[in-house]
Amino acid sequence: MGSVSDLVNTASLEVSGLAFAYPDGHQALFGVDFSIARGERVALLGPNGAGKTTLVLHLNGILSGGVGTVKVAGLPVGKEHMAEVRRRVGIVFQDPDDQLFMPTVREDVAFGPAAAGLRGPELEERVDRALGRVGMAEFKDRPPHHLSFGQRRRVAVATVLAMEPEILVLDEPSSNLDPASRRELADILRSLDVTVLMVTHDLPYALELCPRALILSEGTIAADGRTAELLADDELMRAHRLELPFGFDPRSVTMGA
Amino acid sequence: MGAGHAHRLYRHGHSAVHALPPHTKLAAAFGFVVVVVSTPREAMWAFGVYAVLLGVVAYAARVPAGFLLKRLLIEVPFVAFAVLMPFVAEGERVEVLGLSLSVSGLWGAWNVLAKGTLGVAASVLLASTTELRSVLLGLQRLRLPPLLVQIASFMIRYGDVITDEMRRMRIARESRGFEASGVRHWGVLAKSAGALFIRSYERGERVHLAMVSRGYAGSMPVIDEVTASRAQWSYALALPVAALVVCVLGWAL
Repeated sequence: MGSVSDLVNTASLEVSGLAFAYPDGHQALFGVDFSIARGERVALLGPNGAGKTTLVLHLNGILSGGVGTVKVAGLPVGKEHMAEVRRRVGIVFQDPDDQLFMPTVREDVAFGPAAAGLRGPELEERVDRALGRVGMAEFKDRPPHHLSFGQRRRVAVATVLAMEPEILVLDEPSSNLDPASRRELADILRSLDVTVLMVTHDLPYALELCPRALILSEGTIAADGRTAELLADDELMRAHRLELPFGFDPRSVTMGA
Repeated sequence: MGAGHAHRLYRHGHSAVHALPPHTKLAAAFGFVVVVVSTPREAMWAFGVYAVLLGVVAYAARVPAGFLLKRLLIEVPFVAFAVLMPFVAEGERVEVLGLSLSVSGLWGAWNVLAKGTLGVAASVLLASTTELRSVLLGLQRLRLPPLLVQIASFMIRYGDVITDEMRRMRIARESRGFEASGVRHWGVLAKSAGALFIRSYERGERVHLAMVSRGYAGSMPVIDEVTASRAQWSYALALPVAALVVCVLGWAL
């Protein structure tokens, strides 16, 4: 990466022609193309079995071997840059108990940066900053299983923020959260200045946080546009098994800044 | 949720023993046990001195005697075997209170009992002054195979998660009217155990995925560098060195 204009022009994430079949023959992705600019917050919507998880696992090279390319800030995802790619793509998995595997919050948040070679006071500072950004600084020395579910989810976000990723990928960030924790997480996500790709079934949450949405259906991108417009398109929604909660009308929602 | 914020074995405190780096304590406890085991069983006085040495450590660590003795009860099932030895062993016999006991059996029982008790007491002292987490750090520092340390650390992290899963499965069983009341129900329990195993296995795969996503490449990154000064080492090693002197005297006398 050379000049400043290059930095601005490089998309955070570029997926082109991505197709993938599992070894058992089940084809999950049939040519996926999209790109996300730096700083955007994008929702990835789609019914169960549309290939969302498969797509997410391609973003940091856990799954590979199909056709097509994925580029993270211009860097192609592949064997030679795997460590750097995994640092740049921060995936927050759905179950925080899977994500938080170290005995204390502090060690868990330190895991990623330490794996990248950070040590001592620098590492400590990185951990404090990441925990501070999700408002969990005072829980540093607690074991993860003594936190509430919402707190664990926030720590899970911090573990990924500590790696200073180019793009944050969240898998069902609002699942199992009570309304207050859900709102707190939304405030945190809005306050971060990173690119966000959010995989979710929670359509109001997508509308609240992501100006742009992609609909993944049967292994291809079926729609790409402004979230409010996609959600208001009844025919499109029905065609891809997407349903709004009872009484929710995306047209009546007035968005804050 | 789990019980309390630390493991039950650990006794929170701020004594000099608590403050020692974990790997020095591990080395000291291990050294002590090795010395005790290699002491000749005929030198009975030596075992008395060992017990006094442990008593001094317990005093320095401010671990009350009652606490220590209660924890020692874990030894009971193992001691049962030692009690049998004088009755079943062969050889020369003596009469004690009308019972015919084997002399070599008595020595054997004494040997197991004395060395076992001292070993358990040393471990209890280690566990009550060192947090489980630090024990792992210490083991890592002592260059134990990293895979073993990782397995142990996952046990600590996921013990509660799996117990919780087990509890949920039990509640689900009972909510559908199941009560384990006899052999007939063992089949159901066995299937639950199988399901729990598969769930844990799948969780293991998901955890691995999360680790790989954050740059795990086969070894745990070093997050806490534990170091010990020369003074701390000599302080910790005072116990096994004193024991070694006793042991050597035991052989010589």
